Amino acid sequence: MTTASSADSTRRDFLFVATGAAAAVGGVATLWPFVSQMNPDASTIAAGAPIEVDLTPIASGQDIKVFWRGKPIYIMNRTKKQVDEARQVPVASLPDPATDQSRVKEGHDQWLVVIGICTHLGCIPIAHEGNYDGFFCPCHGSQYDSSGRIRQGPAPANLAVPPYKFVSDSKIQIG
Amino acid sequence: MSGPSEYQPTNPALQWIERRLPLLGLMHSSFVAYPTPRNLNYWWTFGAILSLMLGVQILTGVILAMHYTPEATMAFRSVESIVRDVNYGWLLRNMHASGASMFFFAVYIHMFRGLYYGSYKEPREILWILGVIIYLLMMATGFMGYVLPWGQMSFWGATVITNLFSAVPYVGDSIVTLLWGGYSVGNPTLNRFFSLHYLLPFVIAGVVVLHVWALHVAGQNNPAGVDAKTEKDTVPFTPYATIKDMFGVSCFLLFFAWFIFYMPNYLGDADNYIPANPGVTPAHIVPEWYYLPFYAILRSIPNKLAGVTAMFSAIIVLAFLPWLDAAKTRSSKYRPLAKQFFWIFVVVCVLLGYLGAQPPEGIYVIAGRILTFCYFAYFLVLLPLLSRIEKPRPVPNSIADDVLAKTGSKTAPMVSTVIALMVAGTLFAGSAQNARAEEEMSPPSQKWSFAGPVGKFDRGSLQRGLQVYKEVCSACHALSYIAFRNLADPGGPGYSEAQAAAFAADYKIKDGPNDQGEMFDRPGRPADYFPSPFANEPAARAANGGALPPDLSLITKARSYERGFPMFVFDFFTQFQEQGPNYVDALLQGFEEKPPAGVTIPEGSYYNKYFPGHAIKMPKPLNDGQVTFSDGSPATVAQYAKDVTTFLMWTAEPHMEARKRLGLQVFVFLILFAGLMYFTKKKVWADAH
Repeated sequence: MTTASSADSTRRDFLFVATGAAAAVGGVATLWPFVSQMNPDASTIAAGAPIEVDLTPIASGQDIKVFWRGKPIYIMNRTKKQVDEARQVPVASLPDPATDQSRVKEGHDQWLVVIGICTHLGCIPIAHEGNYDGFFCPCHGSQYDSSGRIRQGPAPANLAVPPYKFVSDSKIQIG
Repeated sequence: MSGPSEYQPTNPALQWIERRLPLLGLMHSSFVAYPTPRNLNYWWTFGAILSLMLGVQILTGVILAMHYTPEATMAFRSVESIVRDVNYGWLLRNMHASGASMFFFAVYIHMFRGLYYGSYKEPREILWILGVIIYLLMMATGFMGYVLPWGQMSFWGATVITNLFSAVPYVGDSIVTLLWGGYSVGNPTLNRFFSLHYLLPFVIAGVVVLHVWALHVAGQNNPAGVDAKTEKDTVPFTPYATIKDMFGVSCFLLFFAWFIFYMPNYLGDADNYIPANPGVTPAHIVPEWYYLPFYAILRSIPNKLAGVTAMFSAIIVLAFLPWLDAAKTRSSKYRPLAKQFFWIFVVVCVLLGYLGAQPPEGIYVIAGRILTFCYFAYFLVLLPLLSRIEKPRPVPNSIADDVLAKTGSKTAPMVSTVIALMVAGTLFAGSAQNARAEEEMSPPSQKWSFAGPVGKFDRGSLQRGLQVYKEVCSACHALSYIAFRNLADPGGPGYSEAQAAAFAADYKIKDGPNDQGEMFDRPGRPADYFPSPFANEPAARAANGGALPPDLSLITKARSYERGFPMFVFDFFTQFQEQGPNYVDALLQGFEEKPPAGVTIPEGSYYNKYFPGHAIKMPKPLNDGQVTFSDGSPATVAQYAKDVTTFLMWTAEPHMEARKRLGLQVFVFLILFAGLMYFTKKKVWADAH
């Protein structure tokens, strides 16, 4: 008697566990489309394709702002003075150490290409302002140098360098 | 929700909360300990199914609203981009659109169940009236939701339904202007409908809470219609009712999934894949199926105000049901006459629904009037009369007795079966005649590789179809919902991304303004859409003898033809939904040099066998040998037509293959799950019988 009823209850437990597990698996699988739909849609992703920018109109000491994937990108044609300043500062003294060489493309040293979004809380720093001949963020006072590196203020990191390459001496492709 | 709870949690933290806010106790007494009659049948699971559907509609609706644009010039396109570009957007949209139909389907069963078992009778009058209010709110919500895609049926449905209010004496026109927010249905109308469509489901949810509260105060009715008296008559809600409801829900989900994955447009109207056009009314304007009986009532009365009044009365009369039917016996099981008339009433409603979809002419108008009379007679004459003259059979002493007597004989509802058969026969004969009349008009059914539950696009055919579009159709027809990148999408023509980019680069795309403020041409990129052949609509009309060549992106979904009864019933099971492709294919091959005798075609038009009215402004577009395929396929019109139609089916539904693939997985799971639920339910109930 006892063995029969315990076998029966094991079978019942198995059924309940299997049903519960199936319900759980189905529920979780159903959730996926509801989460996935929040990600960028296909047209947004397609619109984020690489863009080409002609550098010829940018004179020395000037900069332009272009948009890629909804983000402002500063392209700055730095003067000799700006480049020298960026290279003379001891790297070890920087909050987020990085050489200027590592932030530009070799052979195109005057061109600085950075994402113009403050690494503090996402405001857009103003070019050619602040104490370091670079960028100044009006929101919370972060200051970046002429290599886009953080020098002063609450921002924790340097301005990010987007993926880009020189297609020719006067044209870059961002993305 | 019935009195103070005896529930005491053991966890001290929960006890602390419970003393201050007895939420758990409320849940426990409402959904765990709540005594539910032990003789409920599966018709009672539709309450749970409806709760689920309300949840599904709110959830999918909130998500669709994240991607939808409620603006008259962008709404249609935003719905298309949901379906085409948003991850699983097609799934969410299908869930929401067919979910509305499922919601109504379930509510009708729920209502008929209440009608049959007398669930509206004392002491459940308020419960019933709350249900009627929910139903009215559902109708308003469903209607406004149908307007949002801003297709032809959306627009004209909105126009016709809002114009119902113009029947109100003296202030009718002012009310309509107020509803529209303009001089006609337009962007302000769309905006307010979107806002209200978002609001009303939450109002429904609120009334549902009242509905459940009233239910839990009065207690559930049951098939025997006698009150629960002792412990033996009831079982606790959990696990018994919950498990049973979940089994019912899992079966219902199978039905629901059939629409989502295999017949997403079965209940929709092809015209709604044509963007709203305030200048042209669709030839056959019909509401969604769930409004059809009331639409039939509206049309069967030849006076505007009287028709509108009759239509609204047909719903309002339900609220008075508890007083119209004064019979003491609740369940129709014990009312031999009421039972027969109930089934006749069901048939009347179904027939009214059928008539609502037919053109208002000839026999249909007369039938509509007779059935409208029957509908009202049931409530206003028959039920009051029956409660006086009918001799009900004795009801069981208790629910427990009813359960024990379950093995009793089952009397077949003879009369109603005969009536149902007769009705089906008449319908069949009627529509067979119709079908014969329309036979020569109906395009022949072709064999399509993408038909059926596992159908896939023929890649070669898609590529050839693209070639035909590019070399022939694109001279006049736009394809503006398709981007070059789509050519490399999975489930499409099967090009690589590099091939798609190269294809795009052949096109000149207008871009700008540049730094000088000027527009300029540049080579196409994968993200660009197929450019339209004409700058704007007047330019397109001017070049085509006044006719506008339609955008072809959605053409295979925007064209259809009547299949008639009983074909449309079979189509549901065979998953036939290729009316659009059949029509497009037939149209391309349906040109004839000389119209048949007696048919005159106006100057500048051409005779086409399958075009409605036969006079088409498009000259014969395809001729043998016009396009040369590199894969050696025959250079014939038949081949061109088939390939370009296959291609246009893909442009209309680029994710068809994903839909069918996911559908198969979901069905395997749901069948398995429903099976498990069945055995679990049996096990749980084993000791209750």
